[in-house]
Amino acid sequence: MQRKFSLTINGKPYADEVEPRLLLIHYLREVAGLTGPHIGCETSTCGACTVMLDGKAVKSCTLFAVQADGRDVLTIEGLATDVGLDPLQEAFWNEHGLQCGFCTPGMIMTARQLLEDNPSPTDDEIRKGLEGNVCRCTGYQHILNAVKAAAIQMEKRGA
Amino acid sequence: MIPREFDYEAPTSLQETLQLIASGERKLLAGGMSLIPMMKLRLATPDSLVDLGRVPGLNHIVESSGTLQIGATATHHDIETFPLIRGRCPLLAEAASHIGDVQVRNRGTIGGSIAHADPAADYPAALLALEAQIRLVSASSDRIVPAVEFFLDAFTTALEPGEIVVEVLVPAEPGAEGYSYEKAPHPASGFAIVGVAARIQRSGGKISLARIGVTGLGARAFRAMEAERLLESGSSLDQAVATVGEGEDANSDLYASAEYRKHLARVRAKRALEVALRRAS
Repeated sequence: MQRKFSLTINGKPYADEVEPRLLLIHYLREVAGLTGPHIGCETSTCGACTVMLDGKAVKSCTLFAVQADGRDVLTIEGLATDVGLDPLQEAFWNEHGLQCGFCTPGMIMTARQLLEDNPSPTDDEIRKGLEGNVCRCTGYQHILNAVKAAAIQMEKRGA
Repeated sequence: MIPREFDYEAPTSLQETLQLIASGERKLLAGGMSLIPMMKLRLATPDSLVDLGRVPGLNHIVESSGTLQIGATATHHDIETFPLIRGRCPLLAEAASHIGDVQVRNRGTIGGSIAHADPAADYPAALLALEAQIRLVSASSDRIVPAVEFFLDAFTTALEPGEIVVEVLVPAEPGAEGYSYEKAPHPASGFAIVGVAARIQRSGGKISLARIGVTGLGARAFRAMEAERLLESGSSLDQAVATVGEGEDANSDLYASAEYRKHLARVRAKRALEVALRRAS
């Protein structure tokens, strides 16, 4: 059984016919060619596949592509503009918030919702907010520093 | 990690949904935070899924004459963050904040979670302590079941084939009530090894109402009624919590033996009650 569906990814319309069992992460990577979201654990644990669906962070390995029919998906590829990097991307760069970079796209997408829900989070709130994303290289201190730096930068830009 | 093939329907009304599931053969998909991982592992291999994601009017959160009506597809994140729930039923918001991680809470729904009835889920403890009611609808019926009669066994509820959870009804908090949800999470999965939800009302320096819901200990969540009775009749906290889990058949696994689970349940019950007592004015 194939099913037609359409969605918007990073502002661009897509329409396809897929098997209902196709997971969103596989659609993004293999059909849409967006390899920013990564496949880590495939068991909804590690958060490397995190994208935003209608403005909320979700694990795209635990979502069928057809469930996103008519909805709006944002991946890491959709953050930077012609003007430059997104403040979160810039902060992860400046604060050394990554080593191998595998977890980074997911970390940034989750951090985006964290800062939307709570523009000036405490250290504990950042740790709790990112508990669904696992990093196996850095430990989490530099990631935490990056999110804090991004929060300050975003507040300045907003002000 | 690819699920077996299945047919997929995405109805756009509750009526259409009820017709589709009337035969009892199709499986409902809500947030999918339990079902999809089970399908990927092929622990669940439904032939046909009915996705609730497009059914309008199922994710409301409203208050009507002292009762909060929470639609089945309201997400854990909604329940954790909605001012109405935080203000009028903070125990439920607190329990929701302990579920999974934010990505899971963004997708997972209260109806899906309780219909799945994982013995280590967080909501059942809170819903039992709140004396919540659950509204179940099929093509030919519409009934309300108290939470205590809804959770029957591990992954087993009072839902009949063809029925769907449409709403959870919880009493709005009278204001002066104390509450707490204390959870001992499994360090890897985050599920409750045990979780205890407590509510306390005080009157004239005495405990006038105590409600204690326990999840994770056995096959289904339960109310610690003996401990409630002891607290309401003036016994000490220690005397009361010593009865939590008595006579229950406790789970035992690699992480926690039955004996350790019972110990944890009593320790967490005491902590939950201490916080609830402090919060009760």
